[in-house]
Amino acid sequence: MSEQHAHAAPTGFIRKYVFSLDHKVIGLQYYFLALVAVFVGMFLSLFMRIHLVWPEANLPWFGHIKPEQYLTLLTMHGTIMVFFVLTTAPQSGFGNYFLPIQIGAPDMAFPTLNMLSFWTTFVSFMVMLAAFFVEGGAPLAGWTNYVTLSAIPSAGPGLGLGEDLWIISIAIFCVASLMGALNFITTTLDLRARGMSLFRMPLTCWAWFVTAMLGLLAFGVLLAGGILLLLDRNVGTSFFVPGGLNVSGNLSFPPGGLNPGGHPITHTGGSPLLWQHLFWFFGHPEVYIAILPGMGVASQLLSTFSRKPIFGYKAMVYAILSIGMLGFLVWGHHMFMSGMSPYSAFAFSVMTMAIGVPSAIKTFNWLGTLWGGRIRFATPMLFAIGFVSLFVSGGLSGPFLAQPVLDIPLHDTAFVVAHFHLIMGVAAIFGIFAGTYYWFPKMFGRMMNETLGKIHFFITLAGTYAVFMPMHYLGMAGQPRRYSQFTELQYLQHLIPLNQFISIAAFITIAGQFVFVFNLFWSMKKGKKAEINPWEATTLEWTVPSPPPHDNFGGVTPVVNHGPYEYSVPGAAKDYIMQTDPATVTAH
Amino acid sequence: MATTLSPVAVDEPKLGGRGPTIAPPPCDGGWGGGRPDEHRDRLRRYRIGMFFALTAVVMLFVSFTSAYIVRQGVGTWSDASARYVTDWQPISLPPILWINTVILLLSSFTLAMAQRTLSRKLKAAPRGGTLTMPEPMLIVDGQRSIPWLGITVILGAGFLVGQLLAWEQLRHLGIFVSTNPSSSFFYVLTGAHGLHLLGGVLALGYAGLTSLLRKPLATRFLVVDVTALYWHFMDFLWIYIFALLHFAR
Repeated sequence: MSEQHAHAAPTGFIRKYVFSLDHKVIGLQYYFLALVAVFVGMFLSLFMRIHLVWPEANLPWFGHIKPEQYLTLLTMHGTIMVFFVLTTAPQSGFGNYFLPIQIGAPDMAFPTLNMLSFWTTFVSFMVMLAAFFVEGGAPLAGWTNYVTLSAIPSAGPGLGLGEDLWIISIAIFCVASLMGALNFITTTLDLRARGMSLFRMPLTCWAWFVTAMLGLLAFGVLLAGGILLLLDRNVGTSFFVPGGLNVSGNLSFPPGGLNPGGHPITHTGGSPLLWQHLFWFFGHPEVYIAILPGMGVASQLLSTFSRKPIFGYKAMVYAILSIGMLGFLVWGHHMFMSGMSPYSAFAFSVMTMAIGVPSAIKTFNWLGTLWGGRIRFATPMLFAIGFVSLFVSGGLSGPFLAQPVLDIPLHDTAFVVAHFHLIMGVAAIFGIFAGTYYWFPKMFGRMMNETLGKIHFFITLAGTYAVFMPMHYLGMAGQPRRYSQFTELQYLQHLIPLNQFISIAAFITIAGQFVFVFNLFWSMKKGKKAEINPWEATTLEWTVPSPPPHDNFGGVTPVVNHGPYEYSVPGAAKDYIMQTDPATVTAH
Repeated sequence: MATTLSPVAVDEPKLGGRGPTIAPPPCDGGWGGGRPDEHRDRLRRYRIGMFFALTAVVMLFVSFTSAYIVRQGVGTWSDASARYVTDWQPISLPPILWINTVILLLSSFTLAMAQRTLSRKLKAAPRGGTLTMPEPMLIVDGQRSIPWLGITVILGAGFLVGQLLAWEQLRHLGIFVSTNPSSSFFYVLTGAHGLHLLGGVLALGYAGLTSLLRKPLATRFLVVDVTALYWHFMDFLWIYIFALLHFAR
């Protein structure tokens, strides 16, 4: 920790790019970690789609996929996408880079802690990837890691060391996320520039702030569950594992048996449902951790590119807050199948449907923002509109699944796959894309190519709809999820053509992502030089050079005089007023 | 011709807005020296950070507690007796825990004394730059005070050793982690608390070494201040855990 040169930029490569304390570098580190992760996750889904419709296919350098390997693909796809992409890029990536700049701070509140949380996340990712290469391979217990599979090493391949690595990786990830969350919260509360009242913060900052709150309250619960699960697996405790289990032909205690390692299985009386409660108490807020930053970005972009103030700023803030709060009261809706009391199910159901209210407020406000605007259809805006579209499409199936009577037949079908991929998977990814195209000029000083951006947008939008919309139908027709080989099931034969269509749509969508990656790296070197404020936006990051200097504002602390979305103010000289413009604006 | 428009968003800043009089946080993690003002800002920032860190710790132990209560109430179907039976057998807590509790409570007191001494030193220090000097150059009143910080570290370590002794006693009785769910929770709760307290001991140890490391007095004050928040909380947490283990057997 350099004491004397607190404000000087580091010069050595290691301090500048590797163990950097600069929130901008750390933000980019998170972003690129997520980029690597998303490609790993995407290829896993590619293999899954191939296996689902051509189960006998021989894949290059993979060979023939066995049913248990399909479960491994499914587990690791979900885990990597949820933790290392959807939690990492929108919050830790963009949040780290832009939260301090947007509130007028020179860095995060605790830069060293910030560096530590990135490198902890990195270690966690490496441990997760290591699970692929150990004996038995990666685990197959699903990203929810239900203890019926995960607690007993002999329950299947990949549930030995691979499963331990999974739990350890997630535990490390929890610690990293907790460090990140408290940094975000402290930064937002304590480092705002003069005039940056809470209700002058851009909605992106609100989203990052509430997301950090969710992370702070949720990750500790998953950590607790992970610790107990590790003990069940390795020390022989019985927090989650009941007695009398028949595991691969060995009965667990009583009356006793041996697992393949030769150790007696002595579990008694544990509660598998306890894990589900702990997991989903984390898991449901996690869904909002993935999507809230996207909501922030969408709000920011819709206002900027419609040249209109965001419709109902305060309503948007209260909606984010209430979504965050309700997010902690609905975890039971993931467990309607568990045989819970109908009264509990009813309570969880009502709470869940209540989330429809703030979600609808947000949607109507987004539409209200677009209404009558002078819309500029730049690529970031297209992705922001795409976000709203996907959020609505995915959200509408929410109230269906929120009702136990409908959830019970639909729960284990492709219907749920369609629901959560649209609303938290692809919608959040669209938020990441929107953020990337929007902030790229600020982060790298150059513009991304618009034509390639638009090609990427239309392939991805059409592609994801082609992939996930038909899954609603598949689900209602009774196609189960998580099954490896339903091509052999008689009653699903008529769905095979539709499944093939989905797989082909997925291949095209995946191919389209290479357009994005090419555009990303090509534009860093060859893109058109970006001005300070290419989108004519109002927030603070557009007042500093691109890329911003080491301490963001060159030693000057900005003074904020305006709200974040003052577009097309009557009588003003320009159609936008920067947050730092003088309080009284002179028109010529 | 210029027209001045006053109604354009001139609402006064409400929350926040501390502005340019406040120095920006240094980019070195806030451990560096600076103006006395900066010391106050850093103190506030670290206190906020610690408050939220403790919130996360609360969630961890709330989860353990809810697992404890749920697990205690779970029954397994027994064919023999044709009803649900519980496998939960309460363990008798080692009496040394009472001594450990007293030690920990004492340590909170000595830490409060250490804080008082430090804050007197800090107040006595001349304003304007002296705070940022490495500590050994600062002569406040010339008399040596009781090393409260050192005593606290020793008491904290003593508590941890005492907890290990409690584990040892249970082991002698043949009560291990996996013996019974009640013993599993005993080890998990005491272990998780012990690890957290170890973090506090290390932080206070670092604070004690600040003068050797030629860090400013303000840094020592800062570390002790936020660690004290943490420490008192660990104290409270231990009493909570002890009560849970004692009363909800």
